[in-house]
Amino acid sequence: MAVKNKKLNLKDKYQYLTRDMAWEPTYQKMEDIYPDERFEGIKIVDWSQWEDPFRLTMDAYWKYQAEKEKKLYAIFDAFAQNNGHQNISDARYVNALKLFLSGVSPLEHAAFQGYSKVGRQFSGAGARVACQMQAIDELRHSQTQQHAMSHYNKHFNGLHDAPHMHDRVWFLSVPKSFFDDARSAGPFEFLTAISFSFEYVLTNLLFVPFMSGAAYNGDMATVTFGFSAQSDEARHMTLGLEVIKFILEQHEDNVPIVQRWIDKWFWRGFRLLSLVSMMMDYMLPNKVMSWSEAWEVYYEQNGGALFKDLERYGIRPPKYQDVANDAKHHLSHQLWTTFYQYSQATNFHTWIPEKEEMDWMSEKYPETFDKYYRPRYEYLAKEAAAGRRFYNNTLPQLCQVCQVPTLFTEMGAPTKLSHRQLVHEGERYHFCSEACCDIFKHEPEKYVQAWLPVHQIYQGNCEGADVETVVQKYYHINIGEDNFEYLGSPDHKHWMSIKGEKPADENQDAA
Amino acid sequence: MSQLVFIVFQDNDNARYLAEAVMEDNPHAELQHQPAMIRIQAEKRLVINRETMEEKLGRDWDVQEMLIDVISIGGNVDEDDDHFILEWK
Amino acid sequence: MSVNALYDYKFEPKDKVENFNGMQLLYVYWPDHLMFCAPFALLVQPDMTFRALIEEILKPATASHPDSAKADFLNAEWLLNDEPFTPDADASLIAQGIDHKSMLTVTTPGLNGMANVGY
Repeated sequence: MAVKNKKLNLKDKYQYLTRDMAWEPTYQKMEDIYPDERFEGIKIVDWSQWEDPFRLTMDAYWKYQAEKEKKLYAIFDAFAQNNGHQNISDARYVNALKLFLSGVSPLEHAAFQGYSKVGRQFSGAGARVACQMQAIDELRHSQTQQHAMSHYNKHFNGLHDAPHMHDRVWFLSVPKSFFDDARSAGPFEFLTAISFSFEYVLTNLLFVPFMSGAAYNGDMATVTFGFSAQSDEARHMTLGLEVIKFILEQHEDNVPIVQRWIDKWFWRGFRLLSLVSMMMDYMLPNKVMSWSEAWEVYYEQNGGALFKDLERYGIRPPKYQDVANDAKHHLSHQLWTTFYQYSQATNFHTWIPEKEEMDWMSEKYPETFDKYYRPRYEYLAKEAAAGRRFYNNTLPQLCQVCQVPTLFTEMGAPTKLSHRQLVHEGERYHFCSEACCDIFKHEPEKYVQAWLPVHQIYQGNCEGADVETVVQKYYHINIGEDNFEYLGSPDHKHWMSIKGEKPADENQDAA
Repeated sequence: MSQLVFIVFQDNDNARYLAEAVMEDNPHAELQHQPAMIRIQAEKRLVINRETMEEKLGRDWDVQEMLIDVISIGGNVDEDDDHFILEWK
Repeated sequence: MSVNALYDYKFEPKDKVENFNGMQLLYVYWPDHLMFCAPFALLVQPDMTFRALIEEILKPATASHPDSAKADFLNAEWLLNDEPFTPDADASLIAQGIDHKSMLTVTTPGLNGMANVGY
C-alpha cells in the first residue's frame, strides 16, 4: 500500500498536468491571444468549471493509445496474412467499405483539422487539452481506416482514390459539405456540431451496429478499427456532453444559441446518416439490426434519456426529430433506390436485394416495405432480367443545404416529395425539407455559395458535359470496373472465382 | 419515462471480466450479446468498481484501463481512482 | 437572419445564371413517379419552346417509365414554382416566366405510377 500512496490520485494528477500547466499572460491581453472566443455570442464566465470526467492526462493518453494501436495492427497483420478478404460473407459487403473509405475516412481527417484549429481558440486549458487529444485521435482514425482497407484495395475495385473522390464525386459532397459547414463555424458551434450533435447523439449509429455488422460479415479488420476508433469515441462523446453542459451552465444567454445549433446539427447529421441507413439495411449481406431498430435504440431511447437530462437547462429535443423518427421506416429504402438508379456515377456497385433479404425487410419494416418498396424491386428485377437494368440518365435536383438529391418524402405521406423552395435576393433555392430550408434562412450567406455537384457539371467545371467524361476523368471512377450493377461486375466475377463457383452469366453484365 | 444508461464493450477477454464485475455490482442491469460486442444497459445508473475488478482479475487494475475495451457509453460520466460511474441524475 | 462572422461575410451565389454559358437550370417534378427519385435537374436554353422542352428533353428523360409513352405532357396539369400554370407550347420558356432555377411540376391525370404507390 505504501507504493500506492506515492501515486497522485486521478483528480490531483489531472489538475497538475492540465490546468496547472497553463498560465496567466501578463504582457498580452487574453482577448488578443484568443480572438475567436467571443463573436458567436457565447458567454464564458469561469473556465475553471470545465471538467473532463475521464480526467485523462497526456501521459496516460499515450500509454492507452499505444496499447490500442498494438492490438489493432496485430489484427490487421493477421487479416492480411490469412487473406481475410476471402472469408467475408459476400463481396457485395465490400461496397460498404468503398462508401466508408471515400465518405467517412476523409471526415476523420477533417475532424483532425477542426479540433486542431479550435484547440487553439479556447482560453481554458482543460478545453484545449481535450481538443488536442481528440485531434490526435481523429488523425489516428483516418490513418487506421486507410490501413485496414488497403488490403481490400489489392483485391477489389473502387478503393483506389478515395480522397480525390471525396472532393469531387456528387454524393460525397454530402459528407464533405457537412464538415466544411462545421469547420467554417466558430469554435463553440464546431463543438456543438461535432462533439455533441454528431459524436454524442448520432455516431453510435455508424460505429456500433454497423461495425457489429462488419463482424457478422466476417470482416475482422474493419470491426477492429471501428471498435478501436469507437473506444476513443466514448471519450469524445463524454466531452460532447460536458461541453454542452459547461456552456449552458456558464450563462443563460447561451441557451437559445445552443438550442439553435442543436436543431441545425441534429438535422445536418441525420441527413448525413441517411447514407448509413442504406449501408446497414442493404450493404451488409448478413444482417444484425435494421436501421429502424438502431434508430430506436440509439436515438429514440438514448437520445430521449439525454434530452430529458438537458431539460433542466431549458433545452428541448431537436426541432425536427419527429420527422426523423417517422423517416426511420423509409430512409434506407429511399436512399438505396436512389443509388441504384445513379450507379453509373458511383465508386461502388448496387444491386437488387435477394429474396431472403427482402423477406427480412418485410419483417423489419412491416408497415412500409411490402407496400411501398418491394414492388419497386420486383419491377426493377423484371426490367434487369429483360436486359433493361434501370439507370436514371438525367441528373437529379440537389438540396442547397444537405446536398442530397431532393428525394425525401413528407412525414405521413411517403409518396410525396418534401420539396421546399424560396427566393433569396433574387435567386431561387431548392431544399429537400422544411428543416434544410430553415437552416438556409438562418444563414443564407453561407449556403448561397454551396458547390452543388450537379450545377457544377452544368457550368462546365468538371472536365466535360457528359456523365461518362465527368465520371472517368473528373471523378477518377473507372468505368466498367468501379461503377454500375454488382451482378456481372469484375468484383462479382472475382468473388465467384475465389469461391470456386462459375462466373456469373455474362448476359447479366450491366454496362 | 425510462432513462437508460449504457456501456458497450468489445467482446474480448478483458471485457468478459468487466461484464462480470458490472453485472455483480449492478443487479438491475441487463446484458445483451451482439456480434463482437457486449452491451449493458440499466435504469439511471451503472457503476464499475475497481475493487470488484481487481478481485475478478487477481491483480491491480487501473480504472482507466477500461478505455481500451469500451466501445460506447451513454450517460453522464464520473470517474475517480475507485469507480467509473455512468448516470442520469 | 444572417451569419454571425468575424468579418463582413458576403459571397456571390455560386449558381447565378451568368455562370451557365447562356443556358439556364430548370427542374421538373413528375409526382407519383418515384422511379425517378427526385425532380430532374435540366440544363436548357431560355429561348427554347415549351414544346421542344417536352419533346427533346422531358420525354427522353422519362422514357424508361411505362407511363411515359401514355403521358400527354402538353395537356397535363402544370405548376410553375408551386403556382398554377398554363404552358404555351410555342412560346419560349423565358417568355412565359420559366426563369433560371424554376421548378415545373407536372401531374398527368390517370397516370399515377406503378403499384398504387406512385412509383
